[in-house]
Amino acid sequence: MAPLTGRSTLACRRASRALAAALAFWAGAAVAEPPERVASINLCTDQLAMMLAEPEQLVSISRISHDPNVSVMLKEALKYPINHGQAEEVFRLNPDLVLAGQFTSSYTVGLLRRLGVEVAQLPIVNSLDQIPDAIREVGRLLGRGAQAETLAAQFSADLAALRASPDSRPRAALHYANNYTSGDKSLANDILTAAGFANIALEAGLSGGGTLPMERLVMLMPDLIISGQQYPGASRSEAVLTHPAMNALRDRHAGSALSDAEWVCGTPAVLRAITRLQEAGE
Amino acid sequence: MTRALALVLTLLVAALFALSLLVGPAGLSPATSLAALIRGEGLAETLVMREIRLPRAILAAMIGAALGLAGAAMQGYLRNPLAEPGLLGVSGSAALGAVIALQTGFAAQFALGLPSAALVGAVLAVGLILALAGPRGGSLTLILAGIAVSALAGALTALVLNLSPNPFAASEIMFWMMGSLADRSMTHVWLAAPFIAIGAVLLLVQGRAFDALTLGEDSAASLGVNLSRLRLVLVLAVASMVGAATAVAGAVGFVGLVVPHILRPFVGARPSSLLWASALGGAVLVLAADIAVRLVLPDRDLKLGVLTAIVGAPLFLHLVYKTRAQGL
Repeated sequence: MAPLTGRSTLACRRASRALAAALAFWAGAAVAEPPERVASINLCTDQLAMMLAEPEQLVSISRISHDPNVSVMLKEALKYPINHGQAEEVFRLNPDLVLAGQFTSSYTVGLLRRLGVEVAQLPIVNSLDQIPDAIREVGRLLGRGAQAETLAAQFSADLAALRASPDSRPRAALHYANNYTSGDKSLANDILTAAGFANIALEAGLSGGGTLPMERLVMLMPDLIISGQQYPGASRSEAVLTHPAMNALRDRHAGSALSDAEWVCGTPAVLRAITRLQEAGE
Repeated sequence: MTRALALVLTLLVAALFALSLLVGPAGLSPATSLAALIRGEGLAETLVMREIRLPRAILAAMIGAALGLAGAAMQGYLRNPLAEPGLLGVSGSAALGAVIALQTGFAAQFALGLPSAALVGAVLAVGLILALAGPRGGSLTLILAGIAVSALAGALTALVLNLSPNPFAASEIMFWMMGSLADRSMTHVWLAAPFIAIGAVLLLVQGRAFDALTLGEDSAASLGVNLSRLRLVLVLAVASMVGAATAVAGAVGFVGLVVPHILRPFVGARPSSLLWASALGGAVLVLAADIAVRLVLPDRDLKLGVLTAIVGAPLFLHLVYKTRAQGL
């Protein structure tokens, strides 16, 4: 009997959702009710939702937001229950809206949509200029437009006050695990530039992201090495960050800084990354 | 004949070692490279030559020698041309030991923790294989035991890497199964060198015993060869060399199979000569393979084991066919 009940509940829910959708359609988009139960399954949408949502509106955030290595809002995040980004558990939360990233598994997003859940996928933020747009978009989805407008305006003003445009820019290298680096058209490159540095990946002709062999990085002799953060456990990928050649370069020529959680998402937290980088450059 | 072979192999090792130092994405001229390497001219150039390229070339020579010698010794002891540390799961078990040491933090706590743990993994595998195969080392038993040990070691390595809290660890299964020398450092040279040197000396002084063994166990025993002692030396020396090599470079397969097979005709099938010849030949093969991975795909870390398997697997199939024809 139990499975039947479950199935009929599901059917019921589906029908009520379809009905709700139909009603919303009839009523017109202009008077769409703000969602009452929002679940976020992406680290970056977690952060924007936590900044903007009404109390009780956000019912779940992603597991990654409880990871102190990458979460800039750990204290706030610990107040929310977490999900593991899997369709089944997210569906059981009975959300009106799921916030996901552009690259969230298409299987998860597709399955949720087939189950009748509304999923909004937010694009990856590749530049500082896109951050106010991302804030406004999440605000619109949550029905918190006024709060989003305030936050976006505040961010733009703070950024304008911080943005440096010195005559001579020290050259900085972004060095992540596996010798990965970020070139033009990346948030990290924008953070660097705003802090008054020039990115050596551009000298090496890299656009977007890519690997810069350690030999070439050393030959470019950067003034500052911004290393990716290291995670617990061990990996060969991260061993390059503390390779003797990199250590020697830091000891004898370049300054060092760390690219950490504040660099990951396009949220106002990047302002702290810019400030720290400016301090490292002094 | 053997003297000419020694000279040719030594010259090849020297030439490839020099070439290995000159190949790299930094695009330094040979003169600049040499000035930086020897006299330390230019900070960036010196770092590239001394901290990035030199350890890579030394490791390639060292690891190749270790794998070639280990293959020749295992083939000599088992009198079976199919015996090889990679195929028999010794490298895979060494990789498992290394991965456990790295993920539990054991490798970070003790200076020689990493190669020691890999050695323990390798000892267990060699011991198990020899126990299963028996003194004569029948091909079928040997290969089946090798498949089982390889599969188990590979699965457990994947499990340990998947359980790691590190987001990069799980994607490194490829490195541990195929091997690579990209971005290794002098630290790795010093970690592996003592273990490889001790293993090599232990095996090279046993040349006479390996020669005697070609006459059969009873004859060898009557010639004064202590077989149980030889067995113990073989287990420890092979595990020491393969363990250290795998701990720093991952499991590079087929070197120990290909090299003794190619060199056997040149040494008149004398195991004692084949031991040192295979050490030199192994160095030649791995140096050449490591130069090739940098020339074929300069910006990507193509794994060494991919190249050695492309050369080695067809040869292995050929050997399987031959041993089948002989009814072994």
